[in-house]
Amino acid sequence: MNLRRDVFQAIADPTRRAILLLVASQALTAGAIAANFGTARPTVSKHLQILTECELLAQEQSGREIYYHINAKKMKEVADFIEPFRQMWDDRFNALEAIMKAYKSNT
Amino acid sequence: MERKTKVSAEDGKQDIMITREFDLALELLFRAYAEPELVEQWMGTKVLKLESKKHGSYQFETTDPKGNKHGFSGVIHEFIPNRKIIRTFEMDGVPFGVQLEITEFEKLTDDTSKVSMHVIYESVAQRDELLKLPFSYGINMAHNRLEELLKTLI
Repeated sequence: MNLRRDVFQAIADPTRRAILLLVASQALTAGAIAANFGTARPTVSKHLQILTECELLAQEQSGREIYYHINAKKMKEVADFIEPFRQMWDDRFNALEAIMKAYKSNT
Repeated sequence: MERKTKVSAEDGKQDIMITREFDLALELLFRAYAEPELVEQWMGTKVLKLESKKHGSYQFETTDPKGNKHGFSGVIHEFIPNRKIIRTFEMDGVPFGVQLEITEFEKLTDDTSKVSMHVIYESVAQRDELLKLPFSYGINMAHNRLEELLKTLI
């Protein structure tokens, strides 16, 4: 299984993106994370499982509680993440160029 | 293929620069930003409102493959034809905050031009989150395009 593909599939989901943003500022328990969402606790648990499996989140035991925090190493692979961002803009600008060339020849 | 679009994001800063050169005359390039029906085509979004003028505002709406609608909007702070657009950009219903976009248009030759987008986020953390989560940023990230992108990453 391609790990990087898993990462992008993981962040394609809006709830999981929201979870990442939430945990980015501080480590939280599953309960504290679930309290921020209107969805059922098992749904949030499933999201946490997916994020943990693709290593975007890491678990840390503190006493009886398990805290989730952002896996900085994974998230710091900024270069990897910038490429799809760049690609997105490149696609957009390619479309702009093609559309305006067609537009020009029609006028 | 040559990488025409460049993204520059320095560590620890809360802004990015996106530049791109086009085989288009400056006036044509600018028109693609100013006219609603053209914006709709290249951004792959529905334009509910686009007032291309100083103190105007805009509202875009995309529909994802599941039929969910996503809104994007902002206000236009400056609008100088063929030179500059300054506007805010915000996605509705997500905690990504607002960003300031300063877009400059430049003539290179009679048939070529360049756009430079300077995007400033509320914080370094917010910028990094948005850069790292490119799909959340995308107006035209329809599912098929996502799949295409995933194919290139495998």
